[in-house]
Amino acid sequence: MNDSLVIAGKAYSSRLLVGTGKYKDFDETSRAIAASGAEIITVAIRRSNIGQNPGEPNLLDILPPERYTILPNTAGCYSADEAVRTLRLARELLDGHDLVKLEVLGDAETLFPNMPETLKAAETLVKDGFKVMAYCADDPIQAKMLEEIGCCAIMPLASLIGSGMGILNPWNLRLIIDQAQVPVLVDAGVGTASDAAIAMELGCDGVLMNTAIAKAQDPVLMASAMKKGVEAGREAFLAGRMPRKTYAASPSSPTGGMIGR
Amino acid sequence: MGPVLESANVFSANETFPPMIQITLNGQTESLPATTSVLGLLENRALAGKRVAVERNGEIVPKGRHADTVLADGDRLEIVVAVGGG
Repeated sequence: MNDSLVIAGKAYSSRLLVGTGKYKDFDETSRAIAASGAEIITVAIRRSNIGQNPGEPNLLDILPPERYTILPNTAGCYSADEAVRTLRLARELLDGHDLVKLEVLGDAETLFPNMPETLKAAETLVKDGFKVMAYCADDPIQAKMLEEIGCCAIMPLASLIGSGMGILNPWNLRLIIDQAQVPVLVDAGVGTASDAAIAMELGCDGVLMNTAIAKAQDPVLMASAMKKGVEAGREAFLAGRMPRKTYAASPSSPTGGMIGR
Repeated sequence: MGPVLESANVFSANETFPPMIQITLNGQTESLPATTSVLGLLENRALAGKRVAVERNGEIVPKGRHADTVLADGDRLEIVVAVGGG
Protein backbone atom coordinates (compact mmCIF):
# COMPACT_ATOMS: atom_id res chain seq x y z
CA MET A 1 0.00 0.00 0.00
CA ASN A 2 1.40 3.36 -1.00
CA ASP A 3 0.49 5.61 1.89
CA SER A 4 3.11 8.34 1.92
CA LEU A 5 3.12 11.42 4.05
CA VAL A 6 3.63 14.32 1.66
CA ILE A 7 5.06 17.51 3.15
CA ALA A 8 5.83 20.47 0.91
CA GLY A 9 5.79 18.19 -2.15
CA LYS A 10 8.13 15.55 -0.79
CA ALA A 11 6.92 12.04 0.09
CA TYR A 12 7.99 10.24 3.26
CA SER A 13 7.20 6.66 4.15
CA SER A 14 7.38 7.21 7.92
CA ARG A 15 4.72 9.22 9.69
CA LEU A 16 6.77 9.46 12.86
CA LEU A 17 8.98 12.52 13.22
CA VAL A 18 11.40 12.62 16.13
CA GLY A 19 13.48 15.11 18.03
CA THR A 20 17.12 14.67 18.92
CA GLY A 21 17.18 16.26 22.39
CA LYS A 22 17.53 14.87 25.92
CA TYR A 23 19.44 11.71 24.99
CA LYS A 24 22.30 10.40 27.13
CA ASP A 25 24.80 10.74 24.29
CA PHE A 26 25.07 10.79 20.49
CA ASP A 27 25.28 6.99 20.36
CA GLU A 28 21.93 6.61 22.09
CA THR A 29 20.51 9.37 19.87
CA SER A 30 21.46 7.61 16.67
CA ARG A 31 20.32 4.17 17.84
CA ALA A 32 16.93 5.47 18.99
CA ILE A 33 16.39 7.40 15.78
CA ALA A 34 17.29 4.37 13.68
CA ALA A 35 14.80 2.26 15.68
CA SER A 36 12.05 4.87 15.22
CA GLY A 37 12.32 4.64 11.44
CA ALA A 38 11.87 8.41 11.30
CA GLU A 39 13.03 10.20 8.17
CA ILE A 40 12.46 13.73 9.43
CA ILE A 41 14.34 14.68 12.58
CA THR A 42 14.30 17.95 14.44
CA VAL A 43 17.37 19.79 15.68
CA ALA A 44 17.85 23.00 17.65
CA ILE A 45 20.14 25.86 16.66
CA ARG A 46 22.49 27.12 19.36
CA ARG A 47 25.70 29.07 19.77
CA SER A 48 28.77 27.05 18.85
CA ASN A 49 31.73 26.67 21.12
CA ILE A 50 34.18 29.38 20.06
CA GLY A 51 37.40 27.51 20.47
CA GLN A 52 37.10 26.44 24.11
CA ASN A 53 36.16 22.92 23.07
CA PRO A 54 37.98 22.10 19.83
CA GLY A 55 37.05 18.83 18.15
CA GLU A 56 33.64 18.78 19.85
CA PRO A 57 31.47 16.20 18.06
CA ASN A 58 28.81 17.69 15.82
CA LEU A 59 25.27 16.30 15.79
CA LEU A 60 25.10 16.54 11.99
CA ASP A 61 28.10 14.23 11.70
CA ILE A 62 26.16 11.40 13.32
CA LEU A 63 22.85 12.34 11.68
CA PRO A 64 23.96 13.46 8.24
CA PRO A 65 21.58 15.64 6.20
CA GLU A 66 22.26 13.34 3.24
CA ARG A 67 20.45 10.57 5.10
CA TYR A 68 17.80 12.41 7.14
CA THR A 69 15.60 15.39 6.43
CA ILE A 70 16.82 17.78 9.09
CA LEU A 71 14.07 19.95 10.53
CA PRO A 72 15.61 22.88 12.40
CA ASN A 73 13.37 24.28 15.12
CA THR A 74 13.04 27.55 16.97
CA ALA A 75 12.76 25.99 20.43
CA GLY A 76 13.44 28.55 23.12
CA CYS A 77 12.41 31.52 20.97
CA TYR A 78 9.88 33.87 22.57
CA SER A 79 9.42 36.37 19.74
CA ALA A 80 8.79 36.29 16.01
CA ASP A 81 12.03 38.18 15.36
CA GLU A 82 14.12 35.72 17.33
CA ALA A 83 12.49 32.76 15.55
CA VAL A 84 13.00 34.23 12.08
CA ARG A 85 16.63 35.05 12.83
CA THR A 86 17.23 31.52 14.12
CA LEU A 87 15.76 29.91 11.02
CA ARG A 88 17.74 32.12 8.66
CA LEU A 89 20.87 30.86 10.41
CA ALA A 90 19.53 27.31 10.12
CA ARG A 91 18.98 27.70 6.38
CA GLU A 92 22.56 28.91 5.99
CA LEU A 93 23.82 26.06 8.19
CA LEU A 94 21.96 23.48 6.09
CA ASP A 95 23.05 24.84 2.70
CA GLY A 96 19.74 26.41 1.76
CA HIS A 97 17.46 23.68 3.13
CA ASP A 98 14.20 25.52 3.80
CA LEU A 99 11.85 23.07 5.54
CA VAL A 100 11.63 24.30 9.14
CA LYS A 101 9.70 23.86 12.36
CA LEU A 102 8.42 27.13 13.77
CA GLU A 103 7.62 27.34 17.44
CA VAL A 104 7.33 30.58 19.36
CA LEU A 105 6.86 30.05 23.04
CA GLY A 106 4.73 32.20 25.27
CA ASP A 107 5.55 30.94 28.71
CA ALA A 108 8.57 29.21 30.22
CA GLU A 109 6.46 27.26 32.72
CA THR A 110 4.14 25.56 30.23
CA LEU A 111 5.97 26.13 26.92
CA PHE A 112 2.55 27.01 25.53
CA PRO A 113 2.88 28.68 22.12
CA ASN A 114 2.54 32.43 21.70
CA MET A 115 0.12 32.35 18.77
CA PRO A 116 0.22 36.04 17.75
CA GLU A 117 4.02 35.85 17.47
CA THR A 118 3.80 32.45 15.74
CA LEU A 119 1.45 33.88 13.10
CA LYS A 120 3.69 36.91 12.62
CA ALA A 121 6.81 34.76 12.21
CA ALA A 122 5.01 32.37 9.84
CA GLU A 123 4.06 35.26 7.60
CA THR A 124 7.65 36.55 7.39
CA LEU A 125 9.11 33.08 6.85
CA VAL A 126 6.66 32.06 4.12
CA LYS A 127 7.36 35.34 2.28
CA ASP A 128 11.07 34.61 2.63
CA GLY A 129 10.66 31.24 0.89
CA PHE A 130 10.67 28.93 3.91
CA LYS A 131 8.46 25.85 4.08
CA VAL A 132 7.01 26.21 7.53
CA MET A 133 5.70 23.45 9.77
CA ALA A 134 4.10 25.33 12.64
CA TYR A 135 3.73 24.19 16.24
CA CYS A 136 0.50 25.68 17.54
CA ALA A 137 -2.26 25.61 20.10
CA ASP A 138 -5.11 23.19 19.42
CA ASP A 139 -7.28 26.10 18.31
CA PRO A 140 -8.98 25.45 14.95
CA ILE A 141 -9.26 29.15 14.14
CA GLN A 142 -5.58 29.91 14.51
CA ALA A 143 -4.67 26.62 12.84
CA LYS A 144 -6.67 27.80 9.84
CA MET A 145 -4.88 31.15 9.92
CA LEU A 146 -1.52 29.36 9.77
CA GLU A 147 -2.71 27.40 6.77
CA GLU A 148 -3.97 30.55 5.04
CA ILE A 149 -0.58 32.19 5.59
CA GLY A 150 0.93 29.27 3.65
CA CYS A 151 2.34 26.90 6.28
CA CYS A 152 2.98 23.46 4.80
CA ALA A 153 1.97 21.58 7.95
CA ILE A 154 -0.05 22.40 11.05
CA MET A 155 1.27 20.91 14.28
CA PRO A 156 -1.04 21.33 17.25
CA LEU A 157 0.03 20.18 20.69
CA ALA A 158 -1.67 17.13 22.18
CA SER A 159 -0.63 18.34 25.64
CA LEU A 160 2.27 20.40 26.97
CA ILE A 161 5.78 19.90 25.54
CA GLY A 162 7.61 17.24 27.52
CA SER A 163 4.57 16.46 29.70
CA GLY A 164 3.76 12.99 28.34
CA MET A 165 0.11 13.66 29.21
CA GLY A 166 -1.21 12.29 25.92
CA ILE A 167 -4.11 13.62 23.87
CA LEU A 168 -6.11 15.93 26.08
CA ASN A 169 -8.50 17.36 23.54
CA PRO A 170 -9.18 14.90 20.73
CA TRP A 171 -12.24 16.83 19.58
CA ASN A 172 -10.31 20.00 18.87
CA LEU A 173 -7.74 17.94 16.98
CA ARG A 174 -10.57 16.45 14.93
CA LEU A 175 -11.85 19.91 14.05
CA ILE A 176 -8.36 20.96 12.95
CA ILE A 177 -7.87 17.76 10.93
CA ASP A 178 -11.29 17.97 9.27
CA GLN A 179 -10.78 21.51 7.98
CA ALA A 180 -7.11 21.31 6.99
CA GLN A 181 -5.91 20.92 3.41
CA VAL A 182 -2.30 20.48 4.57
CA PRO A 183 -0.93 17.71 6.81
CA VAL A 184 -1.80 17.94 10.50
CA LEU A 185 0.74 16.44 12.90
CA VAL A 186 0.45 16.15 16.64
CA ASP A 187 3.51 17.81 18.07
CA ALA A 188 4.15 17.55 21.80
CA GLY A 189 2.50 15.70 24.64
CA VAL A 190 2.65 12.10 23.47
CA GLY A 191 3.74 9.87 26.37
CA THR A 192 3.57 6.30 25.11
CA ALA A 193 2.77 4.23 22.04
CA SER A 194 -1.01 4.18 22.62
CA ASP A 195 -1.03 8.01 22.58
CA ALA A 196 0.65 7.97 19.19
CA ALA A 197 -1.86 5.39 17.95
CA ILE A 198 -4.79 7.48 19.20
CA ALA A 199 -3.45 10.55 17.40
CA MET A 200 -3.21 8.58 14.17
CA GLU A 201 -6.65 7.00 14.65
CA LEU A 202 -8.09 10.49 14.94
CA GLY A 203 -6.78 11.10 11.43
CA CYS A 204 -3.56 12.95 12.14
CA ASP A 205 -1.11 12.72 9.24
CA GLY A 206 1.83 12.19 11.56
CA VAL A 207 3.21 12.57 15.05
CA LEU A 208 6.28 14.46 16.20
CA MET A 209 7.82 13.55 19.54
CA ASN A 210 11.04 13.72 21.49
CA THR A 211 10.77 13.29 25.26
CA ALA A 212 8.51 10.22 25.12
CA ILE A 213 11.35 8.34 23.46
CA ALA A 214 14.40 10.02 24.97
CA LYS A 215 13.14 9.81 28.55
CA ALA A 216 11.77 6.26 28.40
CA GLN A 217 13.69 3.73 30.52
CA ASP A 218 14.84 2.14 27.27
CA PRO A 219 14.75 4.82 24.57
CA VAL A 220 15.67 2.48 21.72
CA LEU A 221 12.87 0.05 22.57
CA MET A 222 10.39 2.89 23.02
CA ALA A 223 11.41 4.28 19.63
CA SER A 224 10.48 0.94 18.10
CA ALA A 225 7.18 0.92 20.04
CA MET A 226 6.34 4.41 18.77
CA LYS A 227 7.02 3.34 15.20
CA LYS A 228 4.52 0.51 15.61
CA GLY A 229 2.03 2.72 17.46
CA VAL A 230 2.02 5.24 14.62
CA GLU A 231 1.73 2.50 11.99
CA ALA A 232 -1.06 0.70 13.88
CA GLY A 233 -2.99 3.93 14.40
CA ARG A 234 -2.65 4.87 10.76
CA GLU A 235 -3.86 1.49 9.54
CA ALA A 236 -6.79 1.59 11.97
CA PHE A 237 -7.73 5.04 10.69
CA LEU A 238 -7.58 3.88 7.08
CA ALA A 239 -9.48 0.68 7.88
CA GLY A 240 -12.29 2.64 9.55
CA ARG A 241 -13.26 1.54 13.01
CA MET A 242 -16.61 -0.10 13.82
CA PRO A 243 -19.28 2.20 15.18
CA ARG A 244 -19.49 2.49 18.95
CA LYS A 245 -22.67 0.86 20.33
CA THR A 246 -23.55 1.44 23.95
CA TYR A 247 -26.34 -1.13 24.38
CA ALA A 248 -26.69 -3.21 21.24
CA ALA A 249 -24.38 -5.98 22.39
CA SER A 250 -23.89 -8.42 19.54
CA PRO A 251 -22.02 -11.69 20.11
CA SER A 252 -19.27 -12.59 17.70
CA SER A 253 -20.29 -16.26 17.61
CA PRO A 254 -23.52 -17.61 16.03
CA THR A 255 -26.65 -17.32 18.19
CA GLY A 256 -28.19 -20.42 16.60
CA GLY A 257 -27.15 -24.08 16.81
CA MET A 258 -26.68 -24.14 20.56
CA ILE A 259 -26.69 -27.72 21.87
CA GLY A 260 -29.42 -29.12 24.06
CA ARG A 261 -32.10 -26.55 23.16
CA MET B 1 55.00 65.88 24.03
CA GLY B 2 56.82 62.76 25.16
CA PRO B 3 53.73 60.59 25.31
CA VAL B 4 52.71 61.67 21.80
CA LEU B 5 56.08 60.63 20.40
CA GLU B 6 55.83 57.36 22.26
CA SER B 7 52.42 56.56 20.80
CA ALA B 8 53.73 57.41 17.33
CA ASN B 9 56.48 54.86 17.89
CA VAL B 10 53.95 52.26 18.95
CA PHE B 11 51.94 52.95 15.80
CA SER B 12 54.94 52.39 13.52
CA ALA B 13 55.86 49.23 15.41
CA ASN B 14 52.33 48.02 14.71
CA GLU B 15 52.81 47.92 10.95
CA THR B 16 53.66 44.24 11.18
CA PHE B 17 51.13 43.68 13.98
CA PRO B 18 47.88 45.33 12.86
CA PRO B 19 45.87 47.25 15.45
CA MET B 20 43.30 45.31 17.41
CA ILE B 21 39.52 45.52 17.17
CA GLN B 22 36.90 44.48 19.68
CA ILE B 23 33.96 42.36 18.63
CA THR B 24 31.19 40.55 20.47
CA LEU B 25 31.40 36.86 19.62
CA ASN B 26 28.50 34.73 20.84
CA GLY B 27 27.88 37.26 23.56
CA GLN B 28 31.52 37.52 24.69
CA THR B 29 33.85 40.44 24.06
CA GLU B 30 36.92 39.41 22.06
CA SER B 31 39.99 41.28 20.78
CA LEU B 32 41.18 40.37 17.29
CA PRO B 33 43.70 41.75 14.79
CA ALA B 34 41.96 44.37 12.63
CA THR B 35 42.33 42.49 9.35
CA THR B 36 40.67 39.29 10.57
CA SER B 37 38.14 37.80 8.15
CA VAL B 38 35.26 35.56 9.15
CA LEU B 39 37.20 32.62 7.73
CA GLY B 40 40.32 33.66 9.67
CA LEU B 41 38.32 33.75 12.87
CA LEU B 42 36.79 30.31 12.17
CA GLU B 43 40.28 28.90 11.47
CA ASN B 44 41.59 30.45 14.67
CA ARG B 45 38.79 28.77 16.66
CA ALA B 46 39.14 25.36 14.98
CA LEU B 47 35.72 25.82 13.35
CA ALA B 48 36.73 26.17 9.68
CA GLY B 49 35.12 23.49 7.52
CA LYS B 50 32.73 22.53 10.34
CA ARG B 51 28.96 22.67 10.05
CA VAL B 52 28.49 26.18 11.44
CA ALA B 53 26.59 29.27 10.30
CA VAL B 54 27.64 32.86 10.89
CA GLU B 55 25.58 35.97 11.45
CA ARG B 56 27.23 39.41 11.53
CA ASN B 57 25.28 42.36 12.96
CA GLY B 58 22.01 40.52 12.37
CA GLU B 59 22.78 39.54 8.76
CA ILE B 60 23.79 36.09 7.53
CA VAL B 61 27.34 35.83 6.19
CA PRO B 62 27.02 33.10 3.53
CA LYS B 63 29.75 30.44 3.47
CA GLY B 64 30.98 31.74 0.12
CA ARG B 65 31.68 35.15 1.70
CA HIS B 66 33.58 34.00 4.81
CA ALA B 67 37.00 34.62 3.24
CA ASP B 68 36.33 38.14 1.99
CA THR B 69 34.24 39.44 4.89
CA VAL B 70 36.63 41.42 7.10
CA LEU B 71 35.48 42.10 10.63
CA ALA B 72 35.15 45.66 11.93
CA ASP B 73 35.41 47.12 15.39
CA GLY B 74 32.13 46.75 17.26
CA ASP B 75 30.82 43.84 15.14
CA ARG B 76 28.37 41.50 16.80
CA LEU B 77 28.95 37.95 15.60
CA GLU B 78 26.94 34.81 16.19
CA ILE B 79 28.32 31.41 15.23
CA VAL B 80 25.81 28.58 15.56
CA VAL B 81 25.61 24.81 15.18
CA ALA B 82 22.83 22.24 15.19
CA VAL B 83 22.34 20.57 18.57
CA GLY B 84 19.92 17.98 19.90
CA GLY B 85 16.41 19.36 20.24
CA GLY B 86 12.77 18.49 19.73
